[in-house]
Amino acid sequence: MREIRTHEALNEALAEEMRRDPNVFVMGEDVGLFGGTFRVTEHLLAEFGAKRVRDTPIAEAGIVGLAIGAALGGLRPVPELMTMNFAIVAMDQIINHAAKLRYMFGGQVRLPITIRAAGGGGTQKGAQHSHSIESWFVNAPGLRVVIPSTPYDAKGLLKTAIRSDDVVVFIEHEMLYGVKGPVPEDEYAIPFGVADVKRPGSDVTIVAWSRMVHEALRAAETLAQEGIEIEVIDPRTLDPFDWDGLYASVARTRRCVIAEEGWRTLGVGAEIAARVQERFFYELDAPVQRVAAADVPTPYARELEQAALPHAADIVRAVLKITT
Amino acid sequence: MIPAADQIEMYRLMLLIRRLEERVAETYSEQRIGGFTHLYIGQEAVAVGAITALNHDDPVIDTYRDHGHFLARGGDPNRFLAELFGRDTGICRGKGGSMHLADVERYFYGGTGIVGASIPIATGLALACQVRGDDRIVMSFFGDGATNQGVWHEGLNFAKLWNLPVVFVCENNFYGIGTDVRLASSLTEVYKKAAGYGMPGFQVDGMDVLAVRQLCEEVVRTVRGGSGPVLVEAICYRYQGHSMTDPGRYRARAEEELWRRRDPIPRLAKTLQADGVASAERLAEIEREVEQVTEAAVAFAESSPPPPLSALYEHVFAERFPGDPHA
Repeated sequence: MREIRTHEALNEALAEEMRRDPNVFVMGEDVGLFGGTFRVTEHLLAEFGAKRVRDTPIAEAGIVGLAIGAALGGLRPVPELMTMNFAIVAMDQIINHAAKLRYMFGGQVRLPITIRAAGGGGTQKGAQHSHSIESWFVNAPGLRVVIPSTPYDAKGLLKTAIRSDDVVVFIEHEMLYGVKGPVPEDEYAIPFGVADVKRPGSDVTIVAWSRMVHEALRAAETLAQEGIEIEVIDPRTLDPFDWDGLYASVARTRRCVIAEEGWRTLGVGAEIAARVQERFFYELDAPVQRVAAADVPTPYARELEQAALPHAADIVRAVLKITT
Repeated sequence: MIPAADQIEMYRLMLLIRRLEERVAETYSEQRIGGFTHLYIGQEAVAVGAITALNHDDPVIDTYRDHGHFLARGGDPNRFLAELFGRDTGICRGKGGSMHLADVERYFYGGTGIVGASIPIATGLALACQVRGDDRIVMSFFGDGATNQGVWHEGLNFAKLWNLPVVFVCENNFYGIGTDVRLASSLTEVYKKAAGYGMPGFQVDGMDVLAVRQLCEEVVRTVRGGSGPVLVEAICYRYQGHSMTDPGRYRARAEEELWRRRDPIPRLAKTLQADGVASAERLAEIEREVEQVTEAAVAFAESSPPPPLSALYEHVFAERFPGDPHA
């Protein structure tokens, strides 16, 4: 199978869905002529024109608000907020409006909106440009939260997101855009709510998403040398969440480690840990472990930033803690 | 010239809003309505004059003071009051309440409780109208307070930048809750803010329904013709406090009296009779009809059941998955 980079896979998904449905359009800062800060919207302007590939002012709340209105009016907007850091500027439109209008209007409206942006740290961009705030979105009812780790998942999930009649927050990772992986040339879409077993194993279940999937796979390699077989579960969508898929794995391994790049306190891992212990309190062989970012604003200095972010070594330590 | 039938309908709508709002105030005091309720009494001429200048399928979007616009759009008084009573027969199945009335069948996209937040949404609706090329235009209602919010400016900038078909209607009632517009806005004549976006701005007497209608007809025609967005400032006054829990101590009684003397409803009644459009008998008949509709709405709301608890998890998403929370 051919191998392409994540940004190319995302670009294909956008182009294919724009060809498929004339109501789909992209809008955002530098998505047109510039081709997208991370090259995800490259060449779209040439193929679809300025009415469907809209460069916008730097006005994230306005961008999301316009997307909501456009969706109410029958279009299928795919706004890009460049990075998740700037989604914070648009939080009222995302949480108070996009996520709630359908409910508070008693089901009268549907909002087919896919809000794309890059998250994550690791490139010394400092405190305001390194966020992994997926837990904020998962916390709010009314949003689907998608967070792929591979080019294959990125393409298939973006296609599903765009076809969805609900609001999807689609979180990409800055450090994964250049990562290559196999992506078939034939049409495919990946359903929401279906976790992917990125590596099968029998001793410990590691739940990880986005960049942490790769860290978990590295940790699994190391641990395999110690004779510990790790199962890496990538939920791929945090809302809906494939609880059944996760529970099936934990039922076999009886040990669970959660690895996320977001802050530890009240992160998505806290919810997963709570549910796993609620369900498996008497079956677990060890307490559920969490690997996450330090609860500090992301520092700039390389050494400090690396110390703040979770790595494969942290996952290895967490696994060894509950297996030895 | 506004057709006679339209003038009479405008009278009926203003009276309907007034009488229903009076019943809302009563029933709120009796604790049959919960939460926040922001009355529209005093400002009826703006919603009625502006909305009746639209086609039936032009989208309208609103703030939390949305009762008047909902009713002016032709919304069902029964389902209106049932919503405020939190009943299953409410227009939003009892999930929205006073601040979040929406009636999508009538292209009324509802009230938001966050000041200014509806402006970019209105602009997005206008984008959809432009892209679909269906000749529709959007009307966006908000108060003077909204014009100091960031997203208000973002919305106007977008609207003009992309030449979108939207009429922004500011109801300037001089107070953002209890704060005088002079303490809140660097420019108290809101229509002048349009100039900052290269957009035409107009001011109109919002206590004169015929004046509002006339200006809005012209503006709507221009915008439908492709002029791009326009800002209309209607000068008006709410007789009650910001919400039902606000006694309005920040306003002088003399000021309130002054505005009550300019009440748009008797004002139109006088004009209709002077112009021979409607007789006193006809107006009295309308009054009786409105009373009946109002009483029927109260009875309907009172006799309607609350939403079933099974509705709790409905309408969060269009598509549901096994992992979703459920009853």
